[in-house]
Amino acid sequence: MQGICQEELAAIERCQKGSPKAFEVIVNRYTKQSYSIALGLVGNHDDALDLSQEAFVRAFKNISKLKERSRFFPWFYQILKNLCFTHLKRKRIRQTISLHNADGKEIPLPAEGDWFSPDAVMERDETKDKVWKAIGKLSDKHREVIVLRHFENLPYDQIAAALHCSKGSVMSRLYHARKKLKKHLETPNGGHLS
Amino acid sequence: MSCDKFKDLLMGYLDDEISEQERVELEKHLTECDECTKELADFKDLKSITDDITLYQPEDEVFDQYWSSIYNRIERAAGWIILSVSGMVLLFYAGYMMIEEIIHDETLSWVFKGALLAFIAALSVLLVSVLRERLNTRKKDRYKDVRR
Repeated sequence: MQGICQEELAAIERCQKGSPKAFEVIVNRYTKQSYSIALGLVGNHDDALDLSQEAFVRAFKNISKLKERSRFFPWFYQILKNLCFTHLKRKRIRQTISLHNADGKEIPLPAEGDWFSPDAVMERDETKDKVWKAIGKLSDKHREVIVLRHFENLPYDQIAAALHCSKGSVMSRLYHARKKLKKHLETPNGGHLS
Repeated sequence: MSCDKFKDLLMGYLDDEISEQERVELEKHLTECDECTKELADFKDLKSITDDITLYQPEDEVFDQYWSSIYNRIERAAGWIILSVSGMVLLFYAGYMMIEEIIHDETLSWVFKGALLAFIAALSVLLVSVLRERLNTRKKDRYKDVRR
């Protein structure tokens, strides 16, 4: 997430006046980052592609509500993460309902990390698969801070801006998220750190 | 000072995101605290693995249709809004014209006119009620933002 440039500020201003074409500048700038964050949050390519596009559509519809144009990305990130988390909640609910209806027998829900496709990781190996699965098992709040730090390589001040919290809170969230991740990796089905 | 303050600082230390003063304080604490030293070593191991993970980056061709898909969604949403608003205006206008014609038609009996107007009024009440209910449900639906 680099600083916002004059071209983007001008494009946002034109979007706020109702020009969808001006939005292309913004979309082109954040396409890959938006996709990559969504992939980290929902764990599979198709959903990440669709949700990141939907987030841009919603951002355009609500762009008049963006007061500080220079803070486009933290504002957009809220839309994207809400879409991703809501999508996961809906997926869990849908799965629970369909599993209860199957012949009247209750089938156990798949573990949280099982929704995370291993194909989302490049140059896979056993350790990476275990870690990716363990990341999928983290709570939404913990997973997002891991995604922003490890996969997006954002510095703490930019994570703090995206999460609307202080740098101290980022450190605290990261501490608990990493601790939880380590715990997941140490459980028998999560695998051990090698 | 308790370890609690240093637990969070361990993260900043690990990611090279703390001030020089905090670094000095933490390093001093680490020489005195085995628990924090062990925890830092564990976190370093974990970080080395997570740092090694790169998420899948699709080919550029995957993103070729990205903007056009967003543009189409924006355009269609605008189209639906215009269609709905103009449809409602036309519907209300047609209803108004019909009511006016019924009232001014001297060949129809007052009983028939009254019954027909009551029928239209009841239909309107039902329509408004259903619309209000749908709007309220939509406001409370936490998952409305997700396409199925």
